[in-house]
Amino acid sequence: MTELPLIGGAPVAVEPQLSGAKIGVVTFPGTLDDRDAARAVRMAGGTAVALWHADTHLADVDAVVIPGGFSYGDYLRAGAISRFAPLMSRIIDAANSDAKLPVLGICNGFQILTESHLLPGSMIKNDHLKFLCRDQVLRVENNTTFWTSDYEAGQEITVPLKNQDGQYIADEKTLDALEAEDRVVFRYVGWNPNGSRRDIAGISNAAGNVVGLMPHPEHAVEPGFGPESNAGTDGLGFFTSVLNKIVGGTQ
Amino acid sequence: MPRIVVDVMPKPEILDPQGKAIVGALPRLGFTSFSAVRQGKRFELTVDGEVTDAILAQAREAAETLLSNPVIEDVVNVEVVEA
Repeated sequence: MTELPLIGGAPVAVEPQLSGAKIGVVTFPGTLDDRDAARAVRMAGGTAVALWHADTHLADVDAVVIPGGFSYGDYLRAGAISRFAPLMSRIIDAANSDAKLPVLGICNGFQILTESHLLPGSMIKNDHLKFLCRDQVLRVENNTTFWTSDYEAGQEITVPLKNQDGQYIADEKTLDALEAEDRVVFRYVGWNPNGSRRDIAGISNAAGNVVGLMPHPEHAVEPGFGPESNAGTDGLGFFTSVLNKIVGGTQ
Repeated sequence: MPRIVVDVMPKPEILDPQGKAIVGALPRLGFTSFSAVRQGKRFELTVDGEVTDAILAQAREAAETLLSNPVIEDVVNVEVVEA
């Protein structure tokens, strides 16, 4: 089923062969953005599959999105309890396997991926201690990951940012390694909104199949809802990137 | 019922934004003798029966795997408190 935007025409010409690609969207107790993430998958032309945290199998999906929200109320630490959900064990195994399951963690999903050790470092409270919601400019530093191949290297995109625990931290050795291995995928442009080390907004694993970021591309997939300076569809490339990768990989 | 107390603190090299906010609020209440505050977490694990070495080992493992994140936090104390 292809999703139509509420305003105007389809933001991209949907390619029929992409609908064969199934992207799972995981819901935990307290997840907020699963419906938007599923809608983003459909807007990009793919098929969204709802996954529940207590599931013990991955339903043959070709990729997984772990959306934002406040899973388990952020109790203990953001993402800490979700990391031990039955489905997360399957996702961790599949992401680390030779099949290299593509996994995207957005906001709370990024926090879950660091708690799972699929991505290094961690997030702590914003340096200014406030919840922040704004349109945020990001620079795509690496367009060779599974989730960023439809962007130009160095391209600047604007997507919403909304969080309280968004300050990315890691020790200097880890940060140096991330830079050296081209694993800083997104950096904040203009202003660092939370004190993240080296303006890092998103990173990937070594293979490039696992990507996590704090801002929300799934909220920027259809025209008419973004800032005036921009069409509001800058986030769509995440989803078309992975769909093209999946379809290309199976042909 | 005995309890196992686990104390977790942010790593010393990591700026603790909450502690920083608290140290800013103290002088406003007239508490002027404190130059820094760091905020941690205390967990109390209740045990039905005696705390054996095996149970204490389990508590230490839980402290390292779930109760703390070694990237940002240290387990600074694990001790048995008799009720």
